[in-house]
Amino acid sequence: MRQPVLEIRNLDVGYGLGDVALRAVRDVSLTLHRGEVLGLAGESGSGKSTLAYGVTRLLPPPGVITGGEVVYHPENGSPYDVLALGDRELRAFRWAETAIVFQGAMNSLNPVHRISVQLTDVIAAHQPDLSARARAERAREMLRLVGIAADRMDAYPHQLSGGMRQRVMIGMALALQPQIVIMDEPTTALDVVMQRQILRQLVALRERLGFSVIFITHDLSLLVEFADRIAIMYGGRIVEEAPASALYRDALHPYTAGLLGSFPALRGPRRDLTGIPGSPPDLTSMPTGCSFHPRCPKAFEPCPVTIPPLGSPDTPGGSTRTVACLLHPATNPEVR
Amino acid sequence: MTIPTSSIDQVIPGQGAMAQPEIAPGRARRRRFRFFANAKSSIGLALLGIYVLFAVIGPWVAPYDPSARSSELVQPPSSAHWLGTTHLGQDVLSQLLVGTRGVMVVGLTAGVVATVLSVLIGVTAGYLGGPWDDGLSALSNVFLVIPALPLIIILTSTINNAGDSVVALVIGLTSWAWGARVLRAQTLSLRRREYIEAARATGETTWRIIGFEIMPNLTAIIASGFIGTVIFAVMSEITLAFIGISSSGTWNWGEILFWAQSEQGLAQGAWWWFVPAGLAIAILGTALSLVNFGIDEFVSPRLRNAGKTRVKTASGQTVRMRVGFTPVLARPPSGGAAGGDPDGGDTGGDTIVAEAAR
Amino acid sequence: MKHLLQRVLFYLFTAWAAITVNFFIPRLIPGDPVQALIARYKGQMSSDAIASLYVLFGIDKHASLWSDYLKYWKQLAHGDLGLSFTSFPTPVSEIIASSLPWTLALVGITTIISFLLGTGLGVIAGWRRGSWVDGLLPVTTFLSSIPYFWLGLVAIALLAGPGSYFPSSGGYEPGLVPAFDSYFLSSAIQHSILPALTILISSVSGWILSMRNMMVTVAAEDYITVAHAKGLPERRVALSYAARNALLPNVSGFALALGFIVGGTLLVEIVFSYPGLGFQLFRAVGAKDYPLMQGIFLVITISVLVANLLADVAYLMLDPRTRKEG
Repeated sequence: MRQPVLEIRNLDVGYGLGDVALRAVRDVSLTLHRGEVLGLAGESGSGKSTLAYGVTRLLPPPGVITGGEVVYHPENGSPYDVLALGDRELRAFRWAETAIVFQGAMNSLNPVHRISVQLTDVIAAHQPDLSARARAERAREMLRLVGIAADRMDAYPHQLSGGMRQRVMIGMALALQPQIVIMDEPTTALDVVMQRQILRQLVALRERLGFSVIFITHDLSLLVEFADRIAIMYGGRIVEEAPASALYRDALHPYTAGLLGSFPALRGPRRDLTGIPGSPPDLTSMPTGCSFHPRCPKAFEPCPVTIPPLGSPDTPGGSTRTVACLLHPATNPEVR
Repeated sequence: MTIPTSSIDQVIPGQGAMAQPEIAPGRARRRRFRFFANAKSSIGLALLGIYVLFAVIGPWVAPYDPSARSSELVQPPSSAHWLGTTHLGQDVLSQLLVGTRGVMVVGLTAGVVATVLSVLIGVTAGYLGGPWDDGLSALSNVFLVIPALPLIIILTSTINNAGDSVVALVIGLTSWAWGARVLRAQTLSLRRREYIEAARATGETTWRIIGFEIMPNLTAIIASGFIGTVIFAVMSEITLAFIGISSSGTWNWGEILFWAQSEQGLAQGAWWWFVPAGLAIAILGTALSLVNFGIDEFVSPRLRNAGKTRVKTASGQTVRMRVGFTPVLARPPSGGAAGGDPDGGDTGGDTIVAEAAR
Repeated sequence: MKHLLQRVLFYLFTAWAAITVNFFIPRLIPGDPVQALIARYKGQMSSDAIASLYVLFGIDKHASLWSDYLKYWKQLAHGDLGLSFTSFPTPVSEIIASSLPWTLALVGITTIISFLLGTGLGVIAGWRRGSWVDGLLPVTTFLSSIPYFWLGLVAIALLAGPGSYFPSSGGYEPGLVPAFDSYFLSSAIQHSILPALTILISSVSGWILSMRNMMVTVAAEDYITVAHAKGLPERRVALSYAARNALLPNVSGFALALGFIVGGTLLVEIVFSYPGLGFQLFRAVGAKDYPLMQGIFLVITISVLVANLLADVAYLMLDPRTRKEG
């Protein structure tokens, strides 16, 4: 009963054209299912944010999408490719079907307009028939939903704390009851207590409203706690994807293991904190073969030569997960 | 007078969201090279070079003595007088060539005076802070809001027989405030950077930090302020000559215009009398502005134009790259997977050198 | 409110500084201009007028600088700016009162139109960056580098003169008496079109350019991306999100540039012999009429300060952050 809501197929996203072009997201395929929280983790520069901006076509110039499909499955109706939409259709699709909560809570709100204006203008743009009063009522309801008193409607962004601003953004994201909410490091700028509080609220709202979430963060520990499934990105590719518990228990890709080793265990016995030596690859000079091989403790001869395909590994429960590592040869590598 | 069009000053102060120049000390050299590669600044510098050349050789290559009278009064351009003659039969071209030196010398001297003052005042205010900052900022704000040109006019007409050096000094002394304001804001933000804090923590002296850590990072802004002041100074001195204040005999371009107007050059249709001088001023101003645009783009990368802005999309249309609608490119034939389909971009467009991959 | 109060205090301080500078400048004049004047108008001057001129010029060797300074303030408080040398014995304040309205009308209105027009065009140029509009930028740069007065000369040479609709000089038809009737007003408007266009053409490009650069800078802000992500109509993103924010630094730039602009526009009056403060200043400079020069400088400075204050109020109303916090 796992219905897909968004299928990303062989997506390529880059910056610049011609000789100066950089490939930031390479041949990524990923499926988001209805009602799930899909975590996307990786170091900075891994392409995780570029992927999110590419899927929504919000990547600023010189960003370009160089190939692939992003198929959206509406609740009723036949699926369509988001990358094939014209401007007008894309505008209608945005926020009504896919809303985004961005990294900088600080700068996501227009500093010169009241919260109420910014909450209602998006409703007005998508549901022009709604009366002004109904729009205001909806906006108040959204603020209540994220735990903000309705009297803050008339506040300006600078009068709210960072946490409150991010809640407003989440409330705004849910205003049109979208199927998908993409969250790009939504809580990075907040303190730890506030982070968890907001995430718990988000998960509760998800259960009530039934939307799906793509949650992007560099903090794998957050995902282990809150996500249903986790995909790990490295050098613009997905290197491992698995149910959160399976990934935490038994990471197959050495990079995932490295990420897991860089924060303390949530429960159970204490582990040594190891971290990963070296630094993320430079987009201008990607290593050959598996891009992780220069930093990989388990690298062997074919690694610098062969790009490992992403596929289900030959391990118990392997059918629920995929990995791109030559140590775990795929039984059914996804056809490129 | 020209409105200062440099956006640097508007980009820096307090608008948290605005681009801040991020010139890491180590990278400075490579970026400096990029500045000269900028088309705007190189065209501007080339034009400026021509002016400097004529400032040096002008009096030697001038075909006549600019003050020498002849019997050919108000004659249109001819082979003898390429740019015609004045009401006294003087050669306009010679006046223009001889005048270049005065214009350039006054402009550059005033620019140097104002720049030195603005660096002293702006950097001191920004770095020392506290009461120093309050006092010096108030001082520069006062000079900023008092209309400079009327003040210059009154000062120079009060001082009897103001020569070029006095004019340059007066202009320099009254026009440093703009630069000081920008430098103060930038010094303030530099002072909070980690490497400056570190230098202070290790006990380096204030003057060493200012000289070796802060000043190198202000180069672009100081240069931009210098050029802005030169523009203002050139315009001011020409204005002074035009309204008949500064001393005669140097054949400042404003003086050519002064005679052209007062001797009814306009009414006689003697376009050769006033058009060349005006064009010379306008082109000099344009050249200086172009250099400043180059500096602007060098300091705030968001203004930079990254060359190609039009791309061909998968749907076969050509669209401009712009914020909010990432184009879906046509796949090169060799590509394997099915390309995404169309993109209907029609307006806007932007090429920002974004940090590749956040 | 606190913010506004600070600004008012600052402008008062600046006005004080300008008045004090004005007090000292005549003391630089070599010789004794008052003696020369008295000699010229032997017997026509009252002893009061002579005393007042001495305060202005500081030639009274018996009085201390300080007491001169106090007397100077006292005279200012009574609106006494001395007597004009050229139109002796007309008080300077009278000459200024008759020319100030012309300058306010010409320079004030054209500067505001120029700012609004330039800002509007800058919004378009910035939003459609990379389109054909960018090709106009070098042209506007060139236009903004032309001295105002030279553009005026060219305008007169090309458009004005005998037989043309545009008069080449003056503020109204000679022979008309200034009054608020249709004859006079239409004549005044006819005379002001060319000077106004001159100011407009050379000042508008500066605003276009600075607004364009602000638009480009703002277009990279997160809230613009959010506005696109919300699927808002292009117009709303461009105007209510991008332009609305880009306007703020442009308004404060307007306030700061006022001093520059006013200086330049006064020259246009000179070229067109327009009966405003700039033309009076020109005449005063030519005749070494020091009291008139000083009076005009003072009035120009105070007008610029008032305009600055108005721009500050506008900024305050546009930016909620300063409005609430000060």
